[in-house]
Amino acid sequence: MKQVDARGLSCPEPVIMTKNALASQEAAYEVLVDNVTAKENVTRFASHQGYQVQVEEQGEDFLLRITK
Amino acid sequence: MKNEKKAIVAAGLVIGVISALLVFFGNPVNMGFCIACFLRDTAGALGFHSAPVVQYIRPEIIGLVLGACIMAMVSGEFKARGGSAPVTRFILAVFAMIGCLMFLGCPFRMILRLAGGDGNAIFGFVGFALGIFAGVFFLKRGYTLKRSYKMPALEGQLFPVLQIVFLILLVAAPAFIHFSTEGPGSLHASVWIALAAGLIVGGLAQKTRLCMVGGIRDAVLFREWKLLMGFVAIFASALAMNLILGAVTGTPFFNPGFAGQPVAHTDGLWNALGMFLAGFGCVLLGGCPLRQLVLSGEGNTDSAVTVIGLMVGAAVAHNFGLASSGEGPTSNGKIAVIIGIVVVTVIAFMNSRKKSD
Repeated sequence: MKQVDARGLSCPEPVIMTKNALASQEAAYEVLVDNVTAKENVTRFASHQGYQVQVEEQGEDFLLRITK
Repeated sequence: MKNEKKAIVAAGLVIGVISALLVFFGNPVNMGFCIACFLRDTAGALGFHSAPVVQYIRPEIIGLVLGACIMAMVSGEFKARGGSAPVTRFILAVFAMIGCLMFLGCPFRMILRLAGGDGNAIFGFVGFALGIFAGVFFLKRGYTLKRSYKMPALEGQLFPVLQIVFLILLVAAPAFIHFSTEGPGSLHASVWIALAAGLIVGGLAQKTRLCMVGGIRDAVLFREWKLLMGFVAIFASALAMNLILGAVTGTPFFNPGFAGQPVAHTDGLWNALGMFLAGFGCVLLGGCPLRQLVLSGEGNTDSAVTVIGLMVGAAVAHNFGLASSGEGPTSNGKIAVIIGIVVVTVIAFMNSRKKSD
């Protein structure tokens, strides 16, 4: 499983990092972001690429579990 | 169409109508909103520059920041954060503003100029799109200004509070605040109409993440069209509203052509290069001037520094004779835009790393 820490970054950077990570063709990914815009944008991008996204709030951060 | 796309199109339509109405209520033509012009006017009112025709504390700016702030507080999104290369952002903002004032408008006003029939904005748009492509090139090479950090709440609240101070200065109008008696700075809707317009647009822009730069950027980077739909919706509704207002009032609000356009010049090359610099700089900053105002209202102090950079850029542009006028660009302005493109390119290059992760 590949992990991406995009906390503190604002869009489009978290989405670019997710896009680069998805290129590795693994079964599952975890992306950690700390703002709602990044959560929305990463979720939208991953869904458009045909992935399932589960969002888990962790304090002030959001952990996005991305699976095929 | 998904809900968030419907929302941004609806917001864009409302914003286009409000923009056209602000001109009806007294703003300069094709300048219902212009973040660059309005920050420039506010900087002038505070005496940061002394161009007598562009000095006025624009309530739209105050409203945009506070509207975004209120919306963010209601939805629990207000978070004080900062520390992501503030000095670099400041410099980028100074040059983005110099680019905007070469063209005579921010990306938002560029749309409104197109909707008012100003053909010169087509050149601006071409340069703007090319500037965004340049920024995207570096984003793909790993450009980043590194992460921001959580800040004390007060740090994030100060910039919105500063807007309230500006509002008090506007209403109290002490002698040390400058107000234009002629020129674009003297043309404005009444304070409360302009403030209300800013509050509504600020709230809508916060909710929908509207960004003029983000539209083309995301379409190129990810084939993601949401933000671009907002951009197109503003254009369509401002155009329709201009035609309606023209028909109702008998004064045309849509005047297709190139020569004699209000607060605009006809030098196509420099309109394009100015917006190239603005588009390039804004991609590196993460959003257009409107988006920076909205983010500063959400507690993002990097964006607050960016807005201050935009204001300083406006002051520099007028103090050094860089800003264009209806007669055209100045030679100082041309040199500054070239320097700006070089500086922005160097910043982009120095902050890019090869894709390693």
